[in-house]
Amino acid sequence: MSGSPATLLSVEHLTMRFGGLVAIDDLSFTAAQGEITAIIGPNGAGKTTVFNCITGFYKPTCGRLLLSLGGPPAAADVAALTASGLRSRVTPTGSIFLLERMPDHEIVAQARVARTFQNIRLFPGMTVLENLIVAQHNTLMAASGFTVLGLLGARRYREAEAEAVERAKHWLDKVGLIDRADDPAGDLPYGAQRRLEIARAMCTQPQLLCLDEPAAGLNPRESSDLTRFLQSIQREHGTTILLIEHDMSVVMEISHHIVVLEYGQKIADGTPEQVRNDPRVIAAYLGVEDKEVEKVEAEIAP
Amino acid sequence: MAVDAAAAHRTMAAKLIAAVKDASGAALLALGLAVPILALRTEQNISNELILQPRWGYVAVAVLAAFGGRLLYLLIAALPRRPPAAAQAAAAVGPARRFLGRVVAGGGLLVLLLYPLLTLALVGTSGAIKWIDNFGIQIMIYIMLGWGLNIVVGLAGLLDLGYVAFYAVGAYSTALLAQTFGLGFWICLPLAGILAAFWGILLGFPVLRLRGDYLAIVTLAFGEIIRLVLVNWVPVTGGYAGISGIARPTFFGLPFNASDTGFAAFFGLEFSPLHRTIFLFYVILALALLTNWVTLRLRRLPMGRAWEALREDEIACRSLGINTTNTKLTAFAIGAGFGGFAGSFFAARQGFISPESFTFIESAIVLAIVVLGGMGSQVGVAIAAVVMIGGTEILRELDWLKQLFGPDFEPTHYRMLLFGFAMVLLMIWKPRGLVGYRQPSIFLAERRAVRADMVKEGHG
Repeated sequence: MSGSPATLLSVEHLTMRFGGLVAIDDLSFTAAQGEITAIIGPNGAGKTTVFNCITGFYKPTCGRLLLSLGGPPAAADVAALTASGLRSRVTPTGSIFLLERMPDHEIVAQARVARTFQNIRLFPGMTVLENLIVAQHNTLMAASGFTVLGLLGARRYREAEAEAVERAKHWLDKVGLIDRADDPAGDLPYGAQRRLEIARAMCTQPQLLCLDEPAAGLNPRESSDLTRFLQSIQREHGTTILLIEHDMSVVMEISHHIVVLEYGQKIADGTPEQVRNDPRVIAAYLGVEDKEVEKVEAEIAP
Repeated sequence: MAVDAAAAHRTMAAKLIAAVKDASGAALLALGLAVPILALRTEQNISNELILQPRWGYVAVAVLAAFGGRLLYLLIAALPRRPPAAAQAAAAVGPARRFLGRVVAGGGLLVLLLYPLLTLALVGTSGAIKWIDNFGIQIMIYIMLGWGLNIVVGLAGLLDLGYVAFYAVGAYSTALLAQTFGLGFWICLPLAGILAAFWGILLGFPVLRLRGDYLAIVTLAFGEIIRLVLVNWVPVTGGYAGISGIARPTFFGLPFNASDTGFAAFFGLEFSPLHRTIFLFYVILALALLTNWVTLRLRRLPMGRAWEALREDEIACRSLGINTTNTKLTAFAIGAGFGGFAGSFFAARQGFISPESFTFIESAIVLAIVVLGGMGSQVGVAIAAVVMIGGTEILRELDWLKQLFGPDFEPTHYRMLLFGFAMVLLMIWKPRGLVGYRQPSIFLAERRAVRADMVKEGHG
């Protein structure tokens, strides 16, 4: 273990069935603290379903989603939490969460997981700044004394709001939208909306950021900007990133670790170099039938 | 040049012919509708026989009106426009509108504050009661209801067709508390608000999972359930007979009556029922302004922003750690609470309540006020309430129309027709309501209004 970073999220035996359809079948992988992990695979492989399970939008049929903040937990702690039926447990170094037991809003607020969506989901009728302020809802809600103090105009709330605006400005600067802060989010061009959605997710101050196809619909320049932006998030904020992406130039450039899904099953897991040369991955992407995989493998293998 | 002019002439002529054709079509349609509806009137003569009374004049009027109206509309639409001026106006519209909004809001507030004195000065003591009570207080109640429902529909985007239920809960709470425990209005008022908010939460829980049309149907049913309970639970509510003798509001303990301990005697005035009316006007004005203040304040707090975010995109809210259940419940509870305050005031003002005051049409009117005003806009809701409620009250005053149309003519019968007309016209010209833009709750450099087409209506 020495040298390699600690595991932030470990997905163990995750299975999700919709009636008779098995969307994810016994999937296990880990996302290391402070690294970028990519999930790739053909359309319909179950990538977004994995995200929906991690962020609490779906309850997995079975499996364990363990998120540990503040360093690797002792096995005894994990076992105790799993047996207890509770959602989280404070450990000597930090705390651990079982995401499959938590509702979506608690996953964001306590386990500090944020996400974006494949089809952008901004608040189009609210301004860019308002979008980022809404993202800090839970902090501000507590500062406003659950509205009572805020209604009376308490100083504590005004200070918290000023702080929230500062954080919003920081992220607006980073995504280059500071000049458009007072425009409705729905008025922004597509690429800017994508960046704003990531900035909004970052305003929740996440430990784990789940991005669902952030480069979809971007032109090459925009996607190379996005690549740099994601790397800066990962380096400067130490945020762990989980990424679904079809744009292989982005994936191969920034990922430390790639998980490949096909038909809900993991077919490869490793560094970009390993995955790039994996015959099963190539077969999956070239669309070869299962029977022919061995033949193709034989052909590809030197 | 001459060729251009001739071409322009030809296109104008072609446009005119097309407009006449279109208008003729409209006239034909009007004829088809008017013949079965207007042409023949059935009446019974003295020997109880059915006779038909032809009214071809009415048909002719309807057809001509359709033809003329359509033609006029098309001709006005075909008039050449000057685009540069329009573009300039659009660019400058932000600050101008904001200024206009401030003028309307400030002027409106001033008029409201001085309203009783103005009426007194204009129509004298005898006429003032009618004007303050029928117009002032009545309109203010609906403004308050509109502002209360605006929280649920306009901000949180939850379509509530049963808002009158909370109005009824507030009114009956006040009536029953006053009757059973002998409590005064000023104690009943907050209790009624709290009880209505409690019922709002109670309704909120089962309907949280529902969206859009389904939510509307369930809230509609909830409104009817409350009304039917009021009708049928005779031992408690008195059924259709209602509850009478509800305690009237006092002025810091001074009742408005002719006794020696009354308001008039205390201040050495001659007793007049006007005192109570004016006092009631200021009470409802204060309640409505409280509603407005709380709403405006909440919009700038995380709770209000979460309501608006919920209207924009519920799934995105969940991805940002907002507890959508609690957010919806607070919207329901606070909206219902203000409905309860209004109901409590209504009960104390009337001194008598019965289920007939809480029918579905009340919910529909309040919802219409919110929609016509522009969802989410406080000033728009107030203007819509003045127009709609004031308009229907004005109809009662139009006695001179009887001289025009004969003694049988009753202007109030045309209330719903005019209502419908007004709504159709408004939806053509201002589909997002009178105030069709949204003010952002916070800004960095400049407060710029958000165009209505950006803002979502919410999906339940």
